[in-house]
Order: sequence, then structure tokens, then C-alpha cells
Amino acid sequence: MTAVTYIPDYAPPETYLNASHTIRSWLLTKDHKRIGILYMISITIMFMVAAGAAALIRINLLSPTGLLPQPLDYNKAFTVHGVLMVWWFLVPSVPTVLGNFLIPLMIGARDLAFPRLNLASWYLFVASAILVLGVVLFGGVDTGWTFYSPYSSLFSNTHVTLTIVAIFINGFSSILTGLNFIVTIHKMRAPGMTWFRMPLFCWSMYATSVIFVLATPVLAITLVLLAIERLLRIGIFDAALGGDPVLFQHLFWFYSHPVVYIQILPTFGVASEVVTCFARKRPFGYAAIAFSSLAIALIGFLVWAHHMFDAGISPYSGIVFSFLSFAVAVPTAIKIFSWTFTLHKGSIALETPMLYILGFMGLFTIGGLTGVMLATLGLDMHMHDTYFVVAHFHYVMVGGAVMGYMAGIHFWWPKMTGKMFNEFWGKIAAAITFIGFNLTFFPQYVMGYLGMPRRYYSYPPEFQVYHVLSTAGASILAFGYLLPLVYLLWSLKYGRDAGPNPYRSMSLEWQTESPPPTENFEHTPIISEPPYAYDLQLPMGSSAAMKLVEA
Amino acid sequence: MSEHLVTEISRSLVPEQFEDRHQQKESSTLGMWTFLATEILFFGVLFASYTIYRHQWPDAFRRGSLDLKWYLGGLNTAVLLLSSFCMAMAVHAAALGNSGKIIRYLALTILIGGLFLAIKGTEYYIEFREHLVPGPNFRIDPPAEEQTGVVVGAFDKFEKWFHSSVLHDEDRYEHERHLPRPGNEELFMLFYFIMTAIHATHMIIGIGVMIVLIVMAKRGAFSAKYHNPVEMFGLYWHFVDIVWVFLFPALYLLRQP
Repeated sequence: MTAVTYIPDYAPPETYLNASHTIRSWLLTKDHKRIGILYMISITIMFMVAAGAAALIRINLLSPTGLLPQPLDYNKAFTVHGVLMVWWFLVPSVPTVLGNFLIPLMIGARDLAFPRLNLASWYLFVASAILVLGVVLFGGVDTGWTFYSPYSSLFSNTHVTLTIVAIFINGFSSILTGLNFIVTIHKMRAPGMTWFRMPLFCWSMYATSVIFVLATPVLAITLVLLAIERLLRIGIFDAALGGDPVLFQHLFWFYSHPVVYIQILPTFGVASEVVTCFARKRPFGYAAIAFSSLAIALIGFLVWAHHMFDAGISPYSGIVFSFLSFAVAVPTAIKIFSWTFTLHKGSIALETPMLYILGFMGLFTIGGLTGVMLATLGLDMHMHDTYFVVAHFHYVMVGGAVMGYMAGIHFWWPKMTGKMFNEFWGKIAAAITFIGFNLTFFPQYVMGYLGMPRRYYSYPPEFQVYHVLSTAGASILAFGYLLPLVYLLWSLKYGRDAGPNPYRSMSLEWQTESPPPTENFEHTPIISEPPYAYDLQLPMGSSAAMKLVEA
Repeated sequence: MSEHLVTEISRSLVPEQFEDRHQQKESSTLGMWTFLATEILFFGVLFASYTIYRHQWPDAFRRGSLDLKWYLGGLNTAVLLLSSFCMAMAVHAAALGNSGKIIRYLALTILIGGLFLAIKGTEYYIEFREHLVPGPNFRIDPPAEEQTGVVVGAFDKFEKWFHSSVLHDEDRYEHERHLPRPGNEELFMLFYFIMTAIHATHMIIGIGVMIVLIVMAKRGAFSAKYHNPVEMFGLYWHFVDIVWVFLFPALYLLRQP
């Protein structure tokens, strides 16, 4: 008997995925691409838990008397939904998954500036996630995601302190990620990659990182103060001791309003990439889009008190905050107009990522414009704490940030995995998400305007029709989110090979293999052209944007 | 060809994501300053809240300042500045590539930092005996001298001597000492403990890092060309020092009406 050995006539190229296969090599990896994948898995799990809490909310509200056993259960459901969605999904979503994966590829670096710190960020994230899941399993927390004192410190009998510790750890994960991105974008750009040759995604990640670094410590120390108040039963924010509960709100929103821009700015970056690629045009106003990201980050720090118009703040400061909140709409509108003009006379390809982004543009515009309504001092007095507010921020967060995340995942899926997903099911999922989303949240605008308050376990029967519509929409939306999970995982095994650049994008990250090799580029790229030179694009595959160094 | 070789060699000396030592050093410097910006916001909330409450309750906060031992705080300021000097010398030694001196100066910095913490601990002990710790133990009426114990008594004697023999204002001193504490003074003491404790936590973490740096220096990790960790840690230590330079006047010295 002679052994027959099969010798392949070619060796598969080494990529970051097949460089090593042990679990250990993943858990100790310093490769930004692998850490991006680790984040993707972790935040998907957290998203599903948080979505489960949302399902409980929607089921409870099917009946005017509430369907969950107790009002406390309902309070816990919306608190867990808010806390998990904000800190364990929306904040990390695009930055930690796509930012981690793409920033070095987009600027021509081999990795982030501090790869070990990057891995440490992920471990901090996982530790905080385990802690907060423990809170969910062993009784939950009922204060709402805002933790207003004195309710959270002196009255609530749920696991407030543990939740605060989890958010504190999570915050340091965010800070370290932001720090890493700032240094990487400043110091790690390839030769010829000037600031104005960077893909716009990097600009939006830079603006996001600035907020990460400057806003998150404010939340961290505020929550420390709250924990001290709760553990020692001494009121830092307790009026009985001379403290001021409104101060807590100021400090909380000083972080928590900019965090809204942490959630939405990365999505703007995704939109700029997707729109230019599928319209095959240079962006209309590159500098305008880049600087409007920074303007949003900057003005975003000065609008926090529009969450507190009815908390007894001075009407004069209310006027100033109202005006500044209008002002933040200007750079945001600049972006929407820029994308619209980029689409104008472009040769638009309606592929899955583009469908998600078109959905995002419509939904975000609605969410943004109702935001301007809410920033109006007088109108907000009427609509504060109603479902109008709930609908507004879900249009921005879900219609904006989550749609953008889905667009990004679909757009860069071929780059990350080297496989194409099923385009037909992708389009179906994008359509279902769009329909489900609108059915869920548009009725909330209506009932909020009619006076339905948020966070109520039971409600007058005349609102039932809107709640039933909303719950019906939520079940469609859930289907829209589960579908990609199926066909994306399916594509890992059965998808056809994507090739380096299936969408013929001009960005640097597409000029290397899919999936990229561990060191990203065979040779350090030298960049000699501005980005998005689609008007210079040669037929299929070749790129004028990049020339390789001859070794 | 030779240029390519030079690139290869300079890349082999740094972690793989960097091109050369220059890029590595610039990255760590920017990273450290970004981290310090985070720290400024972290402490900034405490200073802002303290200022707001001080504005709201000026009398209570002034009375609170009177209860702190300004001379211990002042001594600690000098001690901390001295430790910063030693840190600067350690960084200087690192720039020269002198590992022996790095180790000696870092050890001295640890020692002086430890002295700061010891003095701070003594202050906490005095405040504990004088019922100034917020909570059920806090007392609006200052406790009688015989209730506070030997250590605190010794400090009292020193203060009395100092005010009668050096400042010649013992009447005012006695008067101020026995002023009743307004209830909101508890808020002042709370901020005092939180701010100084968070500052001390930063120092303890710093001492831990210095021990690691000493071990690294012993193993010969630093040279004139590569000593980023020492230099970056120097920035951190000076920052912690500067925080105290703001804490000291804000807490101890704003005591006159």
C-alpha cells in the first residue's frame, strides 16, 4: 500500500483569519482586526439581551393595564433595555467593531498605536458586560438608564451600585479605545496620507474619540459620587444636606448628551463611505463633511441642559441651551445635504449597504427634525417625558445609529470575512427593518404628541391602538434583525469568495486582500491622490488612488 | 538597498506597528497627554462641584477649612514637590541612559511619596478622632480635648504654642476652635475626603508603577535611546503633583471671610 497524499497546487494566502486557529490565539491577539471581530461577537450578544428587554416592554404595553406581573418588572425591563443598549451596544458598536477593524487599514498602518491597550479595552468591556449581565440575572435595576439621584441613591432597592461599577469599567474601555484612535490617526498615517486624504470615516472616528476621551471621565466620576452617596447614605446630591439633585442631572447630561454624538457620528462616517462608493462620485464637500463632524463634537458639549428644561434651571440658561441645540442642527444638516448632493447625478447602485444608508438618511432626518422641535424651550415643556421624546431618540439611535451599523457591517463584511453574503436576502432584510422600524416608532410620535407619558406601566385605553401597532412593528423589526444573523453566518461557509474589492471602492482598505493579511499591506502604501477619485477610476479592479512601494 | 536595510533595522527595534523609535515616542507622548486630558476632566468634575457648593454654602465651607490642619497640608505640598523633583531627576537619568541613577531616584520618589501618604494618613486619623468624618460619627459640636486622644492632643498643644508664641493670635484661635460646626460642613468634609482620597489613590497607583519601572530598569530595559516608560510616567507623576497644588489652596487655605 502506498499512501496517497493530496498536494494542493496552490497554498491559500495567509490572512488574519487563518494565521492561527487556537482559541488562545484569539483571546491573546493584538491584531486590531481580530479584536474588532471579538467586539462584534460580544456586542451582538449584548444587543440580543437588550432587545429581549425591549420585547418585554412591548409585550407589557399591549394591554392598558400592563401584562407583566408587577410595575417593578416593567421598570426593570426598560432600565435594562436602556442601560444595555446605550453602554453595551450603541456606544461601542461602530467604533469598536468597524473603527478597530478599519482605521489602520484606511490610513495604511499595520495596527493601532497601542495594540496591547486595545486588547485590554476589550477585556474591560467583557468584564463590565459579565458584571451587568450578573445584575440582570440576579434581580435587575429599576432606576431608568439616567440614575437620577436621590431615587437611585436613597430609595431604589435594586442593584444600582453594581450597575454603576459595570458602567465605570465600561467607561474606561471606551476611554482607552478613544485614546488609541486619536493617537493612531495622528501618528500612524502612511506616507502621503495627509489629513485631507483620509477617508471620511476616519474623520468621524476622530471626532467620536475626542468625545470618548473628554466626556466619559465626567460620567465615571459622577457615578463614583453617586455610589458614595448610595453606600454611605450621605447625600452629595441630597437636598437635606445642602446638596443639589439638579447638579447630578447637569453632570450626567454633560456626558450623556455628547454620548448621543458618540453613537451617531460613527454612523455618519459609514454613510460617507457607502454613499460615495455606491454613487461612484467624490463626496460633495469633503472638507465640509470632515469639519462638520468636529463641529458636532464641539457644539455637542454645550447643549446638555436641553434635557433639563423642566428641572428648575434658570429660564435664561434655558434660552441659551435651546439656541445652542438649534445650532448643532446646522453641521448635521450640512452632512445630510452633502450626501444628497453626492447622490445627485451619481450612478447609484442600490445594493444592500446603500439601502440601509438610504433608510438611515430618511429616518435620521425625521429624528433630527423632531429633535429641533424638542429643543424649542416652550414646546419641550409640553412634550417632555412623553412618547414623542421616545420616538425622537429611537429615530436617531435605531433609525440612525443601528441602521448605520447594519450598513457598515454589510458593506465591510466581504472585507472582514472574504465572503459575499446573499444579496437578495440582504435587500429583503433592509426593507423589513425599514418597515418594522417605522411601524414601531411612528405611532409613538402620535401618542406622545397626544400626551402618553414615557415609562408608565399602565395607560388610558384610548392609547391602546398605538401601542398594539408599535408592538406589531417591533416583532417585524426583530425579524429584520434576525435575518442578517442567519444569512451572514451562512455566508461564512457557503458564500462565494469576495475578492479584494467587490464594490470597487477607491478607499485604501479595499486595496489589500479580503480578508486582509495580518500585517494589512504587503508593503507600506504610499498615497499620492485624494480619496474617492471615482472620476479617475479605471475599469474593474485597478486603482489610481494607491501606488505600492517597490521594495 | 542600504536605505532599505536601515529601515529594516530600525523597524526591528520597535514593536511591529511602528516604523521607528521616533514614531513610537511621539505616539506614547500623545497618548499620555490624551490620558492626562481625561484625568483633568475626571478631577474637573470634583473641583466644579466643590466650587458650586462652596458658592452656595460659603460659611459652612469656611468653617470646614478651619478644621483642617493647614500646616500638615502645607508640609505635604513641600513633600510632594520634592518627590516631583526626584521624578524629574529620574527622567533626566533615563535620558542619559544611567539605569543605576534611574533606580535610585525612583526609589527616592517612592519613599517621599510614601511620606506624603503617611502625613495624609495622620491627618485622616486626627479628623476621625475629631468626629469630622461624614456619617453617623460626624458631630456638630467639636469634641472636648480629652476625648480626642494623645496624638491629636499633641497636635493641639503644638497649635496652641504656635498661635501664642509665633502668630500672637491665641484669642482668635480659641474662638474659632470652639465655633459650632454648621450642618453643611459635613458636605465640605465629604468633598475633602473624596478629593484627597482619589488623589491618594492616584499616588498609590503611581507607586505601584514605579516599582514595575525599577524592576524593568534592573533588567536593563532602558537606554539613552529608549526610556519612554520612565518619561511618560514622569508626566503622570507631575500631573498628580499639580492636582495637589490646586487641592491644597482650595481645601485648606480659603478660610478667611
